[in-house]
Amino acid sequence: MNANPQLTPGGKLRHLLTTEGLPAEILLQVLDTAQSFISVTAREVKKVPLLRGKAIFNLFFEPSTRTRTTFEIAAKRLSADVLNLNIATSSQTKGETLLDTVDNLSAMHADMFIVRHSQSGAAHLIARHVGPDIHVVNAGDGRHAHPTQALLDMFTIRHFKGGFNHLRVAIVGDILHSRVARSEIHALTTLGVPEVRVVGPRTLLPKSVESLGVQVFHDMERGLEGVDVVVMLRLQNERMEGALLPSAQEFFKYYGLTPEKLSRAKPDAIVMHPGPMNRGIEIDSTVADGRQSVILPQVTFGIAVRMAVMSILAGN
Amino acid sequence: MKLPDAEALLADLTARIRPDVGAETALVGIRTGGVWVAQRLHQALGLKLPLGTIDVAFYRDDYKKKGLSTGVRPSDIRFPVEDAQIILVDDVLYTGRTIRAAINEIFDYGRPTSIRLAALVDRGGRQLPICPQYVGAVIAARSDESIELRQDDTGRLTLAIAARPS
Repeated sequence: MNANPQLTPGGKLRHLLTTEGLPAEILLQVLDTAQSFISVTAREVKKVPLLRGKAIFNLFFEPSTRTRTTFEIAAKRLSADVLNLNIATSSQTKGETLLDTVDNLSAMHADMFIVRHSQSGAAHLIARHVGPDIHVVNAGDGRHAHPTQALLDMFTIRHFKGGFNHLRVAIVGDILHSRVARSEIHALTTLGVPEVRVVGPRTLLPKSVESLGVQVFHDMERGLEGVDVVVMLRLQNERMEGALLPSAQEFFKYYGLTPEKLSRAKPDAIVMHPGPMNRGIEIDSTVADGRQSVILPQVTFGIAVRMAVMSILAGN
Repeated sequence: MKLPDAEALLADLTARIRPDVGAETALVGIRTGGVWVAQRLHQALGLKLPLGTIDVAFYRDDYKKKGLSTGVRPSDIRFPVEDAQIILVDDVLYTGRTIRAAINEIFDYGRPTSIRLAALVDRGGRQLPICPQYVGAVIAARSDESIELRQDDTGRLTLAIAARPS
């Protein structure tokens, strides 16, 4: 069996499941292709005919508005037919297994599945199961990976910072539960960012996170010192109930991004957030709406990046 | 086979286009070689509208067979296509499929008054009903050969014959 289930025997991208283990050339191919799609979205007709006649199924086993919507817009701009399945309210609640659901949709001649699931590994499972002509994109699986978010963040960083090999990047917040953080760390290190920092309380950092090639900071002001890029993560409210955190107010005091803390970063540092934001918990509104925030451009770039991923996969 | 001098062909092509050029004329070059030719024409003809460039990767008809080409570059058309008089420029005209793709892409920017086609070399072998209005030279080549335009560091254009990837 192929060592990397994402790649064809010829080394091309067949599924996008994680940024881990993907070579820099493939990451850059996605970013370069996305750059070309940016110019498409500025035209009179914002569509290209590449995926005309293809059926793309958005399989969302976990709620999501932004990610699902941007995948849907991206697929439509490629002229594909898109079907949105909100499985949380559908067959699965009637007892159908994940793979039975996939088999049924494959029998409807699906060409691509965009999968979001609360279980780590769900997209891998589907990718191993489907026939050779079907492609799978992981749109977030449990705590494991969210590769298109990482790629759109790489696109945003390259857009505003012109490259990767001169940057200091800090990822701040709940690293432990964050599939975004994991996918970003792999993408950043593969693309040659010399210094990736993770900043957060001990209880929200995975054990031996240093082995991923990052520097660990528990003090946010020190962690932001001299950085070019600040990636804020969403504090998932459901985590607040356990023993991991005392309170949202306490978290904001130490790890919320305020103008004061941001002033430790370089003056031209950019602030990113994958959304949805908790204003006043991980990020202050002054920063979220401030001149260094690139949070809305991230959303716009996300469409072009997802167009790139889908058009590369469907052609391989 | 002895190929003609690309610079001489470019001068001939410029002279053929010149009488038809007006204030509304816009050039669009097809990547990569067509852009080189279009840049030279744009300068020589002193056109006012900015040069457009087009990469037809998203409109090709062999996507199913070959997938998306790597190294796609953004298309860049900065003049209003609506009501423009466009001259589409390619280096070597062969099957016509690239031209079909380029015309489709142009129409996604707007509805031009007209599109004419200029090619430095026409090597025949059309598979679609596409006919150029301006040609530098007609050159016959075998189907296993490809005629390529090359540009050196000084910007000088030359033609070369290469084996076609089958």
